[in-house]
Amino acid sequence: MKVTIDGITVDVEPGTSILNAARQIGGDIVPPAMCYYSKLAGSGGKCRTCLVKVTKGSEKDPRPMPKLVASCRTGVMDGMEVQNITSPEVIEARKGVVEMLLINHPLDCPVCDQAGECHLQDLGFEHGAAKTRYEFDRRTFEKIDIGDKIQLHMTRCILCYRCVFTADQITNTRLHGILNRGDHSEISTYISKAVDNDFSGNMIDVCPVGALTDKTFRFKNRVWFTKPVEAHRDCDKCCGKVTLWYKGEDVIRVTGRKDVYGEVEEFICNTCRFDKKKTADWVIEGPRKVSHQSVISANHYEFTPLPVVKTNPVLMEANKEQFERETRL
Amino acid sequence: MGRKLLLEHINVPGINTFDVYRSKGGYASVEKALKTMSPEAIVEEVKKSGLRGRGGAGFPTGMKWSFLAKPEGVARYLVCNGDESEPGTFKDRYLMTYIPHLLIEGMIVASFALGANTSYIYLRGEMMPQVRILERAIAEAKAKGFLGKNILGTGYDLELYVQPGGGAYICGEETALLESLEGKRGNPRIKPPFPAIAGLYGCPTVVNNVESIAAVVPIINEGGDEYAKIGIGRSTGTKLISAGGNLKKPGVYEIELGVPVEEFIYSDEYCGGIANGKRLKAVVAGGSSVPILPANLILKTINNEARLMSYESLSDGGFVSGTMLGSGGFIAYDEDACIVRNTWNFARFYHHESCGQCSPCREGTGWMEKVLHRLEYGHGKMSDMDLLVDVSKKIEGNTICPLGDAAAWPVASAIRHFRDEFEWHVTNASEATSRNYGLAHYADPLKVVETA
Repeated sequence: MKVTIDGITVDVEPGTSILNAARQIGGDIVPPAMCYYSKLAGSGGKCRTCLVKVTKGSEKDPRPMPKLVASCRTGVMDGMEVQNITSPEVIEARKGVVEMLLINHPLDCPVCDQAGECHLQDLGFEHGAAKTRYEFDRRTFEKIDIGDKIQLHMTRCILCYRCVFTADQITNTRLHGILNRGDHSEISTYISKAVDNDFSGNMIDVCPVGALTDKTFRFKNRVWFTKPVEAHRDCDKCCGKVTLWYKGEDVIRVTGRKDVYGEVEEFICNTCRFDKKKTADWVIEGPRKVSHQSVISANHYEFTPLPVVKTNPVLMEANKEQFERETRL
Repeated sequence: MGRKLLLEHINVPGINTFDVYRSKGGYASVEKALKTMSPEAIVEEVKKSGLRGRGGAGFPTGMKWSFLAKPEGVARYLVCNGDESEPGTFKDRYLMTYIPHLLIEGMIVASFALGANTSYIYLRGEMMPQVRILERAIAEAKAKGFLGKNILGTGYDLELYVQPGGGAYICGEETALLESLEGKRGNPRIKPPFPAIAGLYGCPTVVNNVESIAAVVPIINEGGDEYAKIGIGRSTGTKLISAGGNLKKPGVYEIELGVPVEEFIYSDEYCGGIANGKRLKAVVAGGSSVPILPANLILKTINNEARLMSYESLSDGGFVSGTMLGSGGFIAYDEDACIVRNTWNFARFYHHESCGQCSPCREGTGWMEKVLHRLEYGHGKMSDMDLLVDVSKKIEGNTICPLGDAAAWPVASAIRHFRDEFEWHVTNASEATSRNYGLAHYADPLKVVETA
């Protein structure tokens, strides 16, 4: 079925969400997503950053949708027309969502371990306001050890629920979830419990902000001073495909390989993540490709400007309009 | 005297027992429906009646029933939403307390129409007296052959259960209710799929308000066409209104839709006017989530026509000069009421009750409450009103469920209609904190009414 997003038409499979249809086009018309994670069933719809305007429902029923919809949880219909960055209403709503997300999120990027890899930082830069209008005390929490290798700092949490879905779906036991309601909600383990299974480290990778951090890496370096390298090893528990983060000759962090939307390609086990920190443990594949827009690429790689649309000949033909748009909107 | 369909026998002693209820013609609709009508005919009759959901949204009930998916071999459910938690709304618990068999009768007919063999009445957790009343009534109905296997020998089976929830306002939202009923945290589900396709335990489900289901009884007894003759326009039938606030006679009233608001407030048949001889200042017409209106706009529309107690008339003028019938939680405020304090109180409620799933509602409701708190306690700024309007706009329409809208509308409407009172709280902070309110402090909304 055909769907048109910001004037660009693409063919997608039935059942595709608007967000994933936009991802097939790529570039700057892809709505941001803080809570949606394609590898986690049931995720999405909560953070409201991916709101879009459906100006035409479908060929059969062309009526526009009355409200903005969460693109990650709304399926496309044949002939649907969607506005993302071309809708002032969407941009305004997204600005509001960013403001809400930042109400209780400390702007301590200079000391936060996630700085440089933080989706909220990117979102705030692209859609946020220069100043906050919130003048009240922020919500704060004590740090919690939810496992011997993972530190939870709820103060930074934006309650995207990704880590809860991860723990539910790729591990055997349910040990943590949401406590309380409203802005008192918090992620926590059940009393006296710790998330200690072999795949718990993936909760760190799915966290879009710095709420869940790797205790073996915390405060050891800034991400833009490290060199990411793709590597693999034979592992009996996971795929063994990882990114090694070097400081000089030392591996100081191991993570899953992430795609252009910040989602890990395959989840990895805790042994690979926490216990294999020597180059000799790995087969090195080569430097990791990093977007020129990422702070991680600073001083490391040469780059060419990111094309607005992925280099797919079919899309290029279909999307002349976007190619004519030389600058980012 | 307006016609009574639901509360006709409310004052009969012992009407909460099966025998007395039956002696007054109770359960006649069950006999009629199960013995002489097909499920499709019942749905058609409800469609003809024009009955609109009495929980607040006002969606046509018959149409909602006709959306129910009917796959072969899959169970269907009817769930009665008795999670009545909206501030100002207390009509369902009145109905369940004093005439429980009316609801059970409606549940049997509706379940039959929908092909449901298991139905639930979900109540707010605090309403334990009503849980016991309903359980006793269900046991009576079952003993008399109106529930259980082979009802009245018709071959139709129905088990009816009462389920109290955890006591969260959000569990009144239909998908959160279903989550709660399944034993999970009461968080709203993201729609689609709608409950008519995938509801309770993933099966097709209809969720109806207590009053909507009770109204099915007179519709079947008298016919949909007869029911549709009551009321006005697309607002057909009678409606329970829970009237509260500064009224001489607060209580639950059954009105024929279309009664003028002025008559409802001032006539002796209904509320009898404003208590202590004071003047009316404002009204929240449909529960705390709908926009508040000043006296002049609740009594007359912007076109100077009498405002009626109907879905269309109350919403005449949109949110600029109108409001909604909502759940029928009618709260009247006299001239001494402080709109700022009232708005803060509502905001406090919605902040407390936000489930916390989506960011605009989770963070925005708390923000609004804090700004209103400082306004109420004399620390406000003139810019706060614009801030509140803007924050409410950022919440409205951007959340998973309607709780965000419910939190935003009272705030936005209070500032729209009573901005001068908010400003007075800023410029006269000491008087505001001493609770020395009164019409003298700001423009009198009654002037328009009195001079009209």
